[in-house]
Amino acid sequence: MRTIDMGVLIMSNSVQLSQGGGAKESNALVNDLFYKYFSNEILLKSEDAAILQVNKNIAFTTDSYTVNPIFFKGGDIGKISIAGTTNDLSMMGAKPLYLSCGFIIEEGFSYDDLEKIVKSMAGELKNSGAKIVCGDTKVVPRGSVDKIFINTSGIGEVEVENISSHNLVQDDVILVSRDIGAHGATILSEREELSITSDLHSDCASLWSIVEKVFKNNITPSAMRDATRGGLAAVLNEWAETSNVCIELQEDAIPVENEVRGICEIFGFEPTDFANEGTFVLSVKECDAKKTLEILKEYSKNAAIIGKISKKRVGKVIINTVYGSSRYLDMPKGELLPRIC
Amino acid sequence: MELKDLYEGFRNPQTIKSFASEIAKEAESLAEPLRVMEVCGGHTHTIMKYGLLQILPKNIKFVHGPGCPVCIMPKERIDHAISLAKMDNTILCTLGDMIRVPGSYSSLALERAKGADIRALYSPLDVIKISKENSNKNVIFFAIGFETTTPMTAAVIDYVVKNRISNVYFHINHVLVPPAVRAIMNPRKAKINAFIGPSHVSVITGSKIYEPLSDEYKTPIVVSGFEPVDVMEAILLLVKQKNVGKAEVEIEYKRSVTRDGNIKAQELIEKYLEVRGHFRWRGIGDIPESALKLKNEYSYLDAEILFKDRLSNEEIDDHKQCICGTILQGLAYPQDCKVFAKVCTPSNPLGSCMVSDEGACNAYYRYGSIDNE
Repeated sequence: MRTIDMGVLIMSNSVQLSQGGGAKESNALVNDLFYKYFSNEILLKSEDAAILQVNKNIAFTTDSYTVNPIFFKGGDIGKISIAGTTNDLSMMGAKPLYLSCGFIIEEGFSYDDLEKIVKSMAGELKNSGAKIVCGDTKVVPRGSVDKIFINTSGIGEVEVENISSHNLVQDDVILVSRDIGAHGATILSEREELSITSDLHSDCASLWSIVEKVFKNNITPSAMRDATRGGLAAVLNEWAETSNVCIELQEDAIPVENEVRGICEIFGFEPTDFANEGTFVLSVKECDAKKTLEILKEYSKNAAIIGKISKKRVGKVIINTVYGSSRYLDMPKGELLPRIC
Repeated sequence: MELKDLYEGFRNPQTIKSFASEIAKEAESLAEPLRVMEVCGGHTHTIMKYGLLQILPKNIKFVHGPGCPVCIMPKERIDHAISLAKMDNTILCTLGDMIRVPGSYSSLALERAKGADIRALYSPLDVIKISKENSNKNVIFFAIGFETTTPMTAAVIDYVVKNRISNVYFHINHVLVPPAVRAIMNPRKAKINAFIGPSHVSVITGSKIYEPLSDEYKTPIVVSGFEPVDVMEAILLLVKQKNVGKAEVEIEYKRSVTRDGNIKAQELIEKYLEVRGHFRWRGIGDIPESALKLKNEYSYLDAEILFKDRLSNEEIDDHKQCICGTILQGLAYPQDCKVFAKVCTPSNPLGSCMVSDEGACNAYYRYGSIDNE
């Protein structure tokens, strides 16, 4: 595979099915778009594979991005494809270094939109310092994909070892880096059939700089996880199960913005089930909780301590309500469907 | 004003705690435990989500009623939806959890994955838009719900009739609250001695529909809103009625419910829909005159009639181990069922109460009742 493997033609400002490799126009796409925006020494060598040098243990991850709509308030499919993969590395204590990038594009996709997406990816890369060092593009017949899908894989150097969802222990404190559910609520509100107008913005963002700051203050979280699909509820349930502990949350401590809550009220959803794209959950030692919160607050005023590890019901997540009652927080179901009445 | 200003007062912890202590005081005088059925799944959801059971005295117990439109749909009718969705050139539209519920051999979600065009709507009126965008296809609205959602279906029918839209059909599964309450109370075994009346159903119907029930069964009924303060206030009103030996219909949800209800909505429903002779309820069985159907003059829109060759009405019962019927009558709780949370889970429901978010078993499974373990 070439570092940017192209088999496409650009005609009348939309991406066309390949007329055969190596066409002048397809080189133009590589040069004018990918090399221009993703430019770095390794990529520009244009070899069959990128040669990388890494000194520490490596974290390696991959994710595919299919978000619809592809442009939304606060981000787009390109920004997510960079933030999502670098965040997965960051959550394992690894500094994001090198990414691969695969585009699958529907025939007829707007060249201008593709450029917007690529530009947005380049912008987001700056936030973690990671580089795209190899890539691939396929154009498929109309209807074979919905507009554009992106896959990114990434490797990072592990700066802090042993951060794992298996490591939560008694008396650890659970924090969240900002208000939850903004991405899920934004995507939902931008779906055509809902016709909602709102000022909601996705939280889509790279988290490495925050994580790095936590490390620089000599804080080693037991576990970190960006609360993407399945939201806060999924992360905490997985942690409770894998670490065999009980996670107890204070309901009124969980930060939720009014507009997100509004969407939930209207359709009968829970903010804890909504996806996030730039919000992470940390479990830290009790003595580190205050300092961690201070650091998180530098990035978002809504960062909060939301709970702690207890022995109450091992393997479960419990929410203590403001009314003095408590209930389980369950794993969200796959598809969010509005309640009927 | 923000949205939260509308509901915050109804979730105020201080108000709820005040109600809890007043209820505790009043409940000391109860001659027998209050076994209150909240008919509507929305109330079940509120009770479980806010953990209200835990802040109420032990002599107040909830019996979770049949008021979840997805839960009460018998399998043969879910099979109808699946059969309709599988027809060529067809878009099947329906609401919420209906997509997930398994019928006897498949579910709408599975059929959608296999390629059927199935849409989960946010509003029934989206049917109109979908029909216009797909004028070469048949759009079938699989209409479900209690009296709450019926007016929206009637509004869609109204639009389709008046604008002579030729590619929309209806499969009507709208059900009625009072006959279901009768079916639960009639065996006389049922241990229910108070009711929380539905919120949104009552907005449409008015509270008058419960008056014959409170008279006949000598049982107080308080129509309550869906917020936790509403439910607490409704409980207090029920306990007070009990203590003075009253059995009346009261409205707690005064901000939305009147005795007569929404007359315009009722008229729209009456224009297009009429009561059908029989309807089978999952977990309860056949209840006479408990559901609606399209009036004969609109049978040209009725998918149940037009496609009857494809739709079997053979009754398909739930698993023998399932005790939903008993749970619905207040004679058992979810955790009394042998298969609860073991074989029967929300992803593999054996019976009606596990099916949707608003079913009793599902609510117990999802939110647990930490005290009940």
